[in-house]
Amino acid sequence: MTISWISLTAILPLIGAILLSTLPKSAELRAKQFAFGITLLTAASAIAMAVQFQRDNTDLQFVEVHSWIPSFGINYAVGIDGIALVLILMSVILAPIVILAGWNEAQGGRWSVKTFYILILVLETMMIGVFSATDVFLFYVIFEAMLVPVYFLIGGYGTGARSAAAVKFLLYSLFGGLLMLASIIALYVMSGAQGGHTFDLAKLANLEMSSTTQNFLFLGFFIAFAIKAPLWPFHTWLPDAAASATPGTSVLLLGVLDKVGTFGMIRYCLTLFPEASKTFTPVIIVLAVISIIYGAILAIGQKDLKRLIAFTSISHFGFITMGIFAMTSQSQSGATLYMFNHGFSTAALFIVGGWMIARRGSSTIADFGGLQRVTPVMAWCFFLAGMSSLALPGLSSFVSEFLVLVGTYTRYPVAAIIATVGIILAALYILIPVQRALHGPTTPGNENLTDLNLREKLAIAPVLAAIIALGFYPSPLLNVINPAAVHVNSQLGFTDPVPTVEGK
Amino acid sequence: MTSNLIVYLIAIPLFSSAVLLLTGRKANKWGHLLGTLASASSFGVGAYLFTQMLAQPAEERAMTQKLFSWINVGSFNVDASLLLDQLSICFVLLITGVGTLIHIYSISYMSHDLDRRRFFAYLNLFIAAMLLLVLGNSYLNLYVGWEGVGLASYLLIGFWNQKPTYATAAKKAFVMNRVGDLGLSLAIMIAFASMGTVSFDGIKEAAPQTSTATLTAIGIMLLIAAAGKSAQFPLQAWLGDAMAGPTPVSALIHAATMVTAGVYLITRSNFIFDAAPTAQLLVVIVGAITLLFGAVVGTAKDDIKKALAASTMSQIGYMILGAGLGPVGYAFAIMHLLTHGFFKAGMFLGAGSVMHGMNDEVNMRKYGALRKFMPITFITFGLGYLAIIGVPPFAGFYSKDMIIETALNAGGIKGILLGSAALFGAALTAFYMTRVIILTFTGTKRWDDEAHPHESPILMWLPMAVLAIGSVASGYLFTRGDALVHWLEPIVAPGEHGEHAELLPPIVVSALALTMVLIGISIAVMMYVRRPVADVAPEDVSALTRIVRQDLLQDAANEAIFMRPGQSLTKTLVSIDEKVIDGAVRGVGAMALGSGSELRKTQTGYVRSYSALILVGAAAIVLGIWVITQ
Repeated sequence: MTISWISLTAILPLIGAILLSTLPKSAELRAKQFAFGITLLTAASAIAMAVQFQRDNTDLQFVEVHSWIPSFGINYAVGIDGIALVLILMSVILAPIVILAGWNEAQGGRWSVKTFYILILVLETMMIGVFSATDVFLFYVIFEAMLVPVYFLIGGYGTGARSAAAVKFLLYSLFGGLLMLASIIALYVMSGAQGGHTFDLAKLANLEMSSTTQNFLFLGFFIAFAIKAPLWPFHTWLPDAAASATPGTSVLLLGVLDKVGTFGMIRYCLTLFPEASKTFTPVIIVLAVISIIYGAILAIGQKDLKRLIAFTSISHFGFITMGIFAMTSQSQSGATLYMFNHGFSTAALFIVGGWMIARRGSSTIADFGGLQRVTPVMAWCFFLAGMSSLALPGLSSFVSEFLVLVGTYTRYPVAAIIATVGIILAALYILIPVQRALHGPTTPGNENLTDLNLREKLAIAPVLAAIIALGFYPSPLLNVINPAAVHVNSQLGFTDPVPTVEGK
Repeated sequence: MTSNLIVYLIAIPLFSSAVLLLTGRKANKWGHLLGTLASASSFGVGAYLFTQMLAQPAEERAMTQKLFSWINVGSFNVDASLLLDQLSICFVLLITGVGTLIHIYSISYMSHDLDRRRFFAYLNLFIAAMLLLVLGNSYLNLYVGWEGVGLASYLLIGFWNQKPTYATAAKKAFVMNRVGDLGLSLAIMIAFASMGTVSFDGIKEAAPQTSTATLTAIGIMLLIAAAGKSAQFPLQAWLGDAMAGPTPVSALIHAATMVTAGVYLITRSNFIFDAAPTAQLLVVIVGAITLLFGAVVGTAKDDIKKALAASTMSQIGYMILGAGLGPVGYAFAIMHLLTHGFFKAGMFLGAGSVMHGMNDEVNMRKYGALRKFMPITFITFGLGYLAIIGVPPFAGFYSKDMIIETALNAGGIKGILLGSAALFGAALTAFYMTRVIILTFTGTKRWDDEAHPHESPILMWLPMAVLAIGSVASGYLFTRGDALVHWLEPIVAPGEHGEHAELLPPIVVSALALTMVLIGISIAVMMYVRRPVADVAPEDVSALTRIVRQDLLQDAANEAIFMRPGQSLTKTLVSIDEKVIDGAVRGVGAMALGSGSELRKTQTGYVRSYSALILVGAAAIVLGIWVITQ
């Protein structure tokens, strides 16, 4: 009997959530331990799946198709390629780390601790589903349904103007989602005219449509993903959401959920609308470059640590989007690797930043100062996370950022050159907060902050270890990503530009 | 296989660094010993490999060790691979040799610092990164070492970062280096796009078929990289501030090794620069400007470390000038780099020894007459002094003279201009170094009663003595039978190259250079021996002196051109983001609701109205598309 690996992995957190709901509200510790255990089990299941993944096979793997709503041709259909696999792995590895790192962050929320973990587990099921769906309707349903747990996680457990931020997030996302829905319905209608109603991704990709139609439908999808990612100028919800959410929620939001945007660009925009993708590529590359520079400059100007991290992500998503649409082997593989690496370095920044903020009781950068003397281990972790964010060679983010840049340069040299200026800005947006928070004399009020405890060290160690290890040896990931990335480009008829001189 | 040993050069100090950082306070007792042992072991491996190379014929000396496949995407294939050849072994021995001496010195120099273990961890990290920089077999491998030394430099400049100015100096160095890294990144991108490879071998092979325009572009980008790392004009402003780091760091990183990486990069890329005359011309221009810039700045510094830093900038200007005069100049640039490694590191350690005895005072106007109290420091520093100003037979005489000669012989107006700059620089060097010697070691004492100058312990003076021997003998050894030139021939000399017509015979050049040196010394003696030295810098000085004291306004220029406009751009964008972009979003929402209310109100019951509205809008779009597709 073959095991349905995707469904098994996806259902585990959901079962966990249901079991969790039977616990009494007062059993907070048990709720945490149980949720942590479930996420570990899920990660184990996903890793078992990854082991069996055939990396040179560019077809979707672990495919499952079950009829769901036959009258509309809607199926429960899942399957993954190398790109989806890498993102699923990232999600399921980050989930237990988030829980362990933010062990106490559910306290003081509007609802119970138990509810917090139910929301996290439900969200994890959706994360796996959204990356593996191959039925467009299924994807849409999960894409929209994910908003619900995130809305409650921000609005119920965040800080500051959490309700306003949650609503802003929801409205932005709903707006994008509805544009996408419109496109999906149009696709469905057209499929009916061309051999039967379906939401099957592969079948929809073969639809005949005029270029005007394709352009409109492309935009419906693209704007939804550009809001999610987020790309300039659709970004203003992110800093507010990140500033209000708990650190753990921020990790899941920026590290995983936003990747649905860039993943969607690859899986849906490029696959369904190859011609429109090419038409809009110049505009998108421009928006991506603006995001890179704009996000970086805005990050430099932030006074709040969480908002600063959010803006660095806007810059990073610019790199990812640029890599996707430059459509060379290096830029496409680099973009997916970037998604994975960004998940880890942003997780590190938010987690350690979250600890700093929780201890100090403030997220204003100026309130810190001299932490290297007071809490050396925490300061070191923050510094390393920062080095990862500025893509220091030797760390994993460098490999992906350089691949995106070098790959983009071979097709769009001007864009790559402007984007490279981002590496100088990155040094500023990391080293300015590092200096203000970690260096200098100890700011009054910080003398008695405590350094990381064992649980916190255990939570952050694997993240930092992965950042260093994959910087020196990225092959395990690249070997999985490369065939899928090449496949994506070749479907659009792109091959790599050939160098003018053939060297060795 | 001998080549299997190359990786240990890097692995030993890297491992030691990791152990020291991860073990934490428990390693405080033995951390400095492990660090020193690691550096010494690395030197041992390097020395063994060197003897192995000597035993081989010239063309078989280079060896490569492939470690693993690093980045493999499409045609972008980069191995983690190390190349030990005649050029890199020079650096290996310099880095680990001088490095080990400085580790030994630091045991004593840093003995009272609570964080001595961390200091040694950073030093080891630096050694490992610097070795990777010179051993990588491709530009991308080099890049890892390149930023690795930048990181180590940042950590060490800011070692005492509880002092805000020191933390700022560290940040400044990192950011300015990143400007250089931009150049290196772009050079690699251009090389890959045009030649399909980023390895030294591959590019060397492809270069002859590549257009001059492409090679020039790569060359200029590499020059930007070199300028950032080697504090060359216009990216020089960080080096003076970098003296915030402990003095052994200044000696190792900001004098002997890291700052010379730009010279390595240009020499390593000789196959690009030799085929790109425009880029090469820019190299010599940058070198000539910087050698004068540094020397001029050095004349007005009262801080002994900053005087030496200005001198470093100037001496690297000489090296860059030499490297830009390839193919003949490369070997001389490397020779000056090696001799400079001895004498400048020696003098920096000497400065540290003086500071050690003077309660960390760095102002030379508070020194005076120290030779009686610190005879060993005086002698070793003095030998370095004779070497740097270029008095025969000390090391600097041989190496600097070669560069001056090559510059003069570069041909035409260019040769006369470059040669004159190099000669004038020699006079300035003699002036500011004599000034340092006079202010520090001779004359009358100007320190107050709290200072109790004394000679440093043996762990400190022994490394100084070893380096002084290098300052004396290395120039003679390198030039005997053109030893170094022949050694480097397989890498930098493109077979037979026509000798330029000599503008002036060598003996005349040497005489000219020595005359300039004498002039420089004489002026310094007249100004600082014949007249009493004030213990505070005089205020009634000319406008020119003021400008020189402010490092020829380098910081003012950077602030006016980059920093202030950058800050106001940042402020403007932050407010635009809040008011215009986010404002537009909020405005659309408010308009759609038909009320001018704030977003705050949407928390209550408006969400549903919003959603409904969007749903209606989306339905309209669907309808529109449906109409179109019919």
